[in-house]
Amino acid sequence: MAFPDILFYICAFLTLLFGALVVANPFSRNPVTSAMFLVLTIISMSGLFLLLNAFFLATVQILVYAGAVMVLFLFVIMLLDLKEEQRRKINLFGIVTGTASVAGLGVLLWGTIWSQRSPANPDLKLIGDTKALGLELFTKGQFLLPFEIVSVLLLVAMVGVILLSKKELK
Amino acid sequence: MAWLDSLSPQTQFVFFTLLKIACVLGPLLTLVAYAVLAERKVSALIQDRVGPNRVNLPLIGSIPVLGPFLTKLGFWHPLVDGVKSFIKEDFTPAHVRKIYFWLAPAISLVPAFLVVAVIPFGSTLGAQKMVIADLNVGILYTFGIVSLGVYGIVLAGYAANSKFPFLGGIRASAQMISYEIAMGMSVIPVFLVVGDLNLGKIIEHQAQNGWNAFPVFGGGFGLQQWLLVPCGVVSFVIFFISALAETNRLPFDMAESESELVSGYHTEYSSMKFGMFFIGEYANMFAGAAMMTTLFLGGWTLPFLGLDQPADSILMGLVHIGIFMGKMLGFMFIFMWLRWMLPRFRYDQLMDLGWRRMIPLALANIILTAAVLALTNR
Repeated sequence: MAFPDILFYICAFLTLLFGALVVANPFSRNPVTSAMFLVLTIISMSGLFLLLNAFFLATVQILVYAGAVMVLFLFVIMLLDLKEEQRRKINLFGIVTGTASVAGLGVLLWGTIWSQRSPANPDLKLIGDTKALGLELFTKGQFLLPFEIVSVLLLVAMVGVILLSKKELK
Repeated sequence: MAWLDSLSPQTQFVFFTLLKIACVLGPLLTLVAYAVLAERKVSALIQDRVGPNRVNLPLIGSIPVLGPFLTKLGFWHPLVDGVKSFIKEDFTPAHVRKIYFWLAPAISLVPAFLVVAVIPFGSTLGAQKMVIADLNVGILYTFGIVSLGVYGIVLAGYAANSKFPFLGGIRASAQMISYEIAMGMSVIPVFLVVGDLNLGKIIEHQAQNGWNAFPVFGGGFGLQQWLLVPCGVVSFVIFFISALAETNRLPFDMAESESELVSGYHTEYSSMKFGMFFIGEYANMFAGAAMMTTLFLGGWTLPFLGLDQPADSILMGLVHIGIFMGKMLGFMFIFMWLRWMLPRFRYDQLMDLGWRRMIPLALANIILTAAVLALTNR
């Protein structure tokens, strides 16, 4: 087994392990602990991106999700009174439904990937390069319109939040 | 060096990388220790005092002129400070959340050192590039790592499980998120002008076209360069202010804020755990200073005497490292100077400055830079 393969298995294992600990941590029901494990999940996922030569995506993953979104999550969690949450035990119903949905998703994904197996050795350099990614997103390729629509969607969400958080509307 | 040449390229790479890591971390930790001393000396200078001048070592202290001089300089204080930190009682209050209490100092220390990995602190020394990891997304990497730095402070506040540290942690998270946005936006003009994310390439560009903070001297005095001057100055100023806020330095040290929060997020810490927060703060300052040097002040280059070309001899390589260090230490001095000259902002003023002044200004600056570049048609 080559060295990158070993790294892949390590990163994939860590991603799954930390991901499981986010939702079903047998040692602690503390929401802050869950949030911190989510940060670790994101960081190990960015390791997977690195192995695909997608340096830009890997760093942006850490910058945006681990560095900004999760800090805001933590900010909100720490301000809430969470004694109730910490006492709650993992119940059987949760485990069964959770495992069932993960298994269902897994089967779906497995089937899709199996049927769509792309030809071996795609040009990885091209995928990972920042310039290639930018050209793909901002020129009249296939992703310009979806990209712009998503941006507008985000803008709408932002305006909506500002509107909702205003106490008195004039 | 025959045994080195006999190694395979991979082994050589690993060997030189480890060597570089050791050669960067060692001096960095020493510099951090002496930055603390410098901070005390600068504060003494500004407040018209003498500053630390007491520690005397038995043997060296008895050398005629040198011994008393070093003592007066406070040269041995960092040593004594370090020993004191280690042998003090490491007290863990009963009410803290133990795991986070232990983790937080480490988490606050690690990102500061990771940032240094992509900074080119010199041109070349022999055949080796003077940068530990020559990433093609260098700046984004630093921003990613810097954004993780906030966890140390937030978790410290949370772990302490008491009100003042908690308030400090909450303040830090809001403050660092806000200023990260301004900081990220302030470097986009640099990306636009340079057209690359690799820090080495950014320095190369500055060697040819003048420093990003003030792009007039250097290669040419073209119209485009004059038009880019205001853009460069504005993004440099925004970046500098954000760096102050990101490292929790006065006038933005809301997370500590002695007069309101005892000492903020590290109130419950003692001994070396407190020491680690302290080292982390200074290492962060060094990382910020190194980033500013690289992004805006041309890194290891100087625009005269041919000092902007990669070194062709060991001596020139060392001179380049010296230039980089000089610029970085200059920034450190300005950080300290500001700390002792300016009063602390109020929290609402801090947020107001971040969100309503600097972010719109940075956005406008991006548009202006893009417009200048588009019109003068590179």
